[in-house]
Amino acid sequence: MTEFLQQLINGLSVGSMYALIALGYTLVYGVLRFINFAHSDVFMVGAFVGFYAGLNIHQTSWGSGVLVMIAAMLVCAALGILIERLAYRPLRGRSQLSVLITAIGMSLLLENAGQLILGPNEKSFPELFPSRTFDFGGVVVSSKDIVVVLVTASLLALLQFIVLKTKIGTAMRAVSFNSQAASLMGINPNLVISFTFGLGSALAAAGGILWAYKFPKIDPLMGMAPGLTAFIAAVIGGIGNIPGAALGGLLIGIIETFVKGSRWSTWTEAISFVLLILILLFRPAGLLGKLQPEKV
Amino acid sequence: MKRFLKFNLAAAVSALVLITQSGCNKSAGDNSAASDTIKVGEFASLTGSEAAFGRSSHNGTVLAVEQINTNGGVLGKQLELITEDDQSKDGESATAVKKLISRDKVVAILGEVASGRSLEAAPICQEYKIPQISPSSTNPKVTQMGDYIFRVCWEDKFQGGVVMTKFALNSLKAKRVALLTDVGSAYSAGLASYFKEGFTAGGGEIVAEQKFTKDDKDFKAQLTAIKSANPDAIAIPAYYGQVTLIALQARELGITVPLFGGDGWEAPELIEGPGAAAALDGCCYSTHFSPEQDSPKARQFVADYQKRFGVIPDAMGALGYDSVLALVDSIKRAGSTDGSKIRDALATLKDLDGATGKTTLDENRNARKPAVIIEIKDGKFVYKETVNP
Repeated sequence: MTEFLQQLINGLSVGSMYALIALGYTLVYGVLRFINFAHSDVFMVGAFVGFYAGLNIHQTSWGSGVLVMIAAMLVCAALGILIERLAYRPLRGRSQLSVLITAIGMSLLLENAGQLILGPNEKSFPELFPSRTFDFGGVVVSSKDIVVVLVTASLLALLQFIVLKTKIGTAMRAVSFNSQAASLMGINPNLVISFTFGLGSALAAAGGILWAYKFPKIDPLMGMAPGLTAFIAAVIGGIGNIPGAALGGLLIGIIETFVKGSRWSTWTEAISFVLLILILLFRPAGLLGKLQPEKV
Repeated sequence: MKRFLKFNLAAAVSALVLITQSGCNKSAGDNSAASDTIKVGEFASLTGSEAAFGRSSHNGTVLAVEQINTNGGVLGKQLELITEDDQSKDGESATAVKKLISRDKVVAILGEVASGRSLEAAPICQEYKIPQISPSSTNPKVTQMGDYIFRVCWEDKFQGGVVMTKFALNSLKAKRVALLTDVGSAYSAGLASYFKEGFTAGGGEIVAEQKFTKDDKDFKAQLTAIKSANPDAIAIPAYYGQVTLIALQARELGITVPLFGGDGWEAPELIEGPGAAAALDGCCYSTHFSPEQDSPKARQFVADYQKRFGVIPDAMGALGYDSVLALVDSIKRAGSTDGSKIRDALATLKDLDGATGKTTLDENRNARKPAVIIEIKDGKFVYKETVNP
């Protein structure tokens, strides 16, 4: 029983981080109908911003940690907006394939530029927040896990608030329904799209900082594996659906953890992908997604 | 206009082809006997996840080459070391070695530390009949790839079956051990199976066996399963990059038993970063060399290495150094730089006095040497004991 609860906690912790990254994918898809493959590399840039900021701060306290996270989120939001301006906006209105390939190209650019500029070797991430462990009769909960779950939950709640209750959120939803009609209503689609990218990238940065906080070895290719898993999570939950991304992330995290701790640990990735295929076979729009019929 | 452009493009492309062709011809006509240096190729993981290994063994190799050149070189010629970085990635070693052999025309290949990458290069060296000397690959399969493949260190049947087993049973007094293996590396999988064999034959019990792969960062799932089995110690025959994360996460989960492993732990990065030294305090690993070793050659090597590079050498540096000594000794005895002659001389290498002690190669082209156990104490690597074969 202890082992089951412990694995559950491990799974929730990892799942929350996947959920955070998945939110970025789902947000951009929801508004723009395309997968931003460079998202996992913005995640990596966030971790590195945290690394360099942490080096200069030399402190391990809640205040300084929060400052570092906000700094990383701001830098990555700017990066996301820049990427959109340079790589995706010129292709607006062109075929989906072109944008997709550009996104993959941007991802490769960030990874390889990262290796050149930041060096391909792993760096040790500093301890941003003070950490301690709590033992509940054999089930050990680290404060790192608590921080990860709380930050994810608050960012998720913040995101829901922004999308459902603010003007810009309403604008985002309008653009996602029909960009031209939205512009006829007086919404500036460029502004909305930039904001969406900035928001998604800020979430990626938060994910990067939390990931580096939990697993303190960072390198320029660190985004590839979690990015792929988070993307699967977003699709499983229903791409374009925000609660779906969170659900998908938690589900994948928990399943991954239980499989890793079992005899079949080498099948972990295979099982994640098989799950994706099965869910798409029976519910093509994902668990919480709604199949959008093509309006002619 | 279009035709003009097309013609120019064709002219440019053919010019390019001619230039590269002439370049190729030039190097094809070149051979070591005609030039005035002896070209030695080295491939190492200078960057990437095992950068510490590449860096150390490259330093040791460079030091040896410089010292030999200062003392007049070999057969009247200077040694020229050509190094390629395999970036700790699969697939790169084959490219690097092919380039060294066919374009640089080296007389021998030195490398690698990681068994998986030595295994990648071995068939190429064997095919081209260029002797390959691995400084510290310990998977037995490496020298089984052919009679042109050698190593100047011991291999994992000894490390897992004897050294780690004896350490677990006698020093740790651990009868129930959990095993955590990296299935993505030939080294880890091999060492794990030899340890399991030796340990169970010696009366111990493997109470839990968990696996992970090369790029994994999260081991809490596997460690939780291990914790439930309540072992006396955990064997982690993996590379240093992940051992650090495993140790941190194990301590976070409340696992207090000792962790131990093999020479894959040998890197200063092992205890780098917040909490790493504390998580691994008291833990031990087996390796080929300790800078506290008390032989005149070892002490001289440590002093020279420190003077040249500003840091204390580790086992990979010492073995890199010895691999050059072995090659040079063989070239001298063979009296030529011909691949098959060097190979025959290497096969009869006996009592070579190097940084890691006396090296003699047996009929399987492996060395028979003692191992040392290093303990991590108060953030430092401290010599604990020697285990003889």
